[in-house]
Amino acid sequence: MTVRASKSELTLGPVLFNWQPERWRDFYFRIADEAPVETVYLGEVVCFKRAPLFDDYREEVAARLKSVGKTIVRSTLAEVMSKQERQMIDEVCAGPDMVEANDGSALLRLRGRPHHAGPFINVYNERTLAVLAANGVRNACLPPEMPASAIRTLAPEAAKLGVTLEVQVFGRIGLALSARCYHARAHGRTKDTCQFICNVDPDGMTLRTLEGKPFLTVNGIQTMSQDYLNLAGELADLQDMGVARYRLSPHSCDMVAVATIFRDALDRRIDATEATARLAAFDLDAPFSDGFYRGKRGHSWSHAVTSRSAN
Amino acid sequence: MSDALQLTRPELVCPAGTPASLRTAVDAGADAVYCGLQNETNARNFPGLNFTAAEVEQSLAYAHARNAKVLLAVNTFPPAGKFQMWRDAVDAAARMKVDAVIVADMGVADYAARTYPDLRLHLSVQAGASSPEAIRFYCGQFGIKRVVLPRMLTVAEISELHSQIPCEIEAFIFGNIGMMAEGRCYLSNYVTGQSTNMDGVCSPAADVHYEEDAARNLTTRLGDYVIDRFAGGESAGYPTICKGRYLCGARNDPYYAFEEPVSLNLSALLPDLMRAGVTALKIEGRQRSRAYVKSVVGAFRKAVDDIMAGREAAFASLLALTEGRRETEGAFPSKRWR
Repeated sequence: MTVRASKSELTLGPVLFNWQPERWRDFYFRIADEAPVETVYLGEVVCFKRAPLFDDYREEVAARLKSVGKTIVRSTLAEVMSKQERQMIDEVCAGPDMVEANDGSALLRLRGRPHHAGPFINVYNERTLAVLAANGVRNACLPPEMPASAIRTLAPEAAKLGVTLEVQVFGRIGLALSARCYHARAHGRTKDTCQFICNVDPDGMTLRTLEGKPFLTVNGIQTMSQDYLNLAGELADLQDMGVARYRLSPHSCDMVAVATIFRDALDRRIDATEATARLAAFDLDAPFSDGFYRGKRGHSWSHAVTSRSAN
Repeated sequence: MSDALQLTRPELVCPAGTPASLRTAVDAGADAVYCGLQNETNARNFPGLNFTAAEVEQSLAYAHARNAKVLLAVNTFPPAGKFQMWRDAVDAAARMKVDAVIVADMGVADYAARTYPDLRLHLSVQAGASSPEAIRFYCGQFGIKRVVLPRMLTVAEISELHSQIPCEIEAFIFGNIGMMAEGRCYLSNYVTGQSTNMDGVCSPAADVHYEEDAARNLTTRLGDYVIDRFAGGESAGYPTICKGRYLCGARNDPYYAFEEPVSLNLSALLPDLMRAGVTALKIEGRQRSRAYVKSVVGAFRKAVDDIMAGREAAFASLLALTEGRRETEGAFPSKRWR
């Protein structure tokens, strides 16, 4: 498939869940062959224990993606404390590919060469961005709670600094990190004795309230939204602000189809209503949200069209 | 005891939500007191709490006259378009000559470091710097003199960290234990529309609802979500998302998915923390009462003095003051907590 040249780039964020390694590999092979995304972020962001599971396939996947012209960016761990975690940061940062930093350790290691600031780096304002730009940051994926008003103010300042902005537009939203693994806790284990139990939930484990209402999603040490962020309706607005990159966060649904919908919407081949109607046709098992972008409660959704199985 | 000789006297850093609390903390033996202004520039932006600039100035005079320091928390993240409020807070801190400003945002830290090179900067726990490299990044970039460590490291890890960073360490020893990595938690904003990072708010009271049924069971809600339910007579905790009870497919019964409503109490680990190289011992609780501040600060003042003198530190029970009257040593003793 030919990637359509456009000012607005579609990117695929790192897989945040613990998929079976073969499934993970095949997912990326299909992305390489079929998905209209320009940049693919690759690497374990949530848990250092998972990283070795993908060692057999990581470079094969990277080579395949590069061979079809995709740009590879290596994502680093979001939470770094232990020796193993610090070593992972050193290894990823020592590689030849562009790296997206997700914590301060990686920012130290990458200082002085071009790199990306990931969504786990708190870039809320122009002065923070200026500090990072002086260190070599060329692209910043903004924290998911950033409201449109702040993005609109930040975008022209980013342009002056030579930094492109990236915004997540699809997928569950990372809401919190912890030193404790909540997947292990749910199964009566600890992080050290987890036996990789997070691999039973390809889109995370749903937490319900005592009333039975779906609320949050557990993904190892990460807590995510229950709903799927969907900014298909805001793409024109974001393009108008000057946002250059649009991130899809991978799920077990058909991500090639998701990418195609967003590509069509970015290129104005379909409108927002059509895009959301097509996304709603997936069996996502959760509603959409766009509240953070609108400066409202993060879980809220402004459109009438909701995911089929939301109710 | 040889132990007493090897230890450096740590600074006891205490919370003050109001000028009256600040005076109480100083009188009870605080070496330093931390506080915030009445706006979004600090992470305890609650109604009825915090200081006007004039109150900070008066408090500084009171504290300095009694050999105590005042630290100003400017530890939230200004969204683009609102930076001026944080700039004003730093300007006020420099003008009043507070003993240190506690910062989290890189932009705010950069502004403070470049505009006021002599202003002492501490890195807030909200910056989430949990590795030597991350801490060195902030030290190198902004001349940070002290890091407030996240409550996720073991004492052994703190000890190792100490030799690898060029700044002092401040560690929490008592109070509320947040389960999520500070500065990277959007749960409150997700449910209430008020952001911990940008607005300094967690679980705002306006979104809290208590509902009692006929059998006197109490349900606590935050926004549209039930956070917990208590049988009649059970003491109900304030509905905080990371302390709630939920259901999941892997379990039959409701459970505390993140943490039970417990408070941190490291009184038994104080000598270990001091040996690990911790310069400052921090008590959480700017939202707590003067009576609380007086009891907790007094107890820890005595404990630190006893340890420094080589005596066994005896604690009057602090349990009555902890959340839900249950306490934990959290992540500090071992990795099994994770």
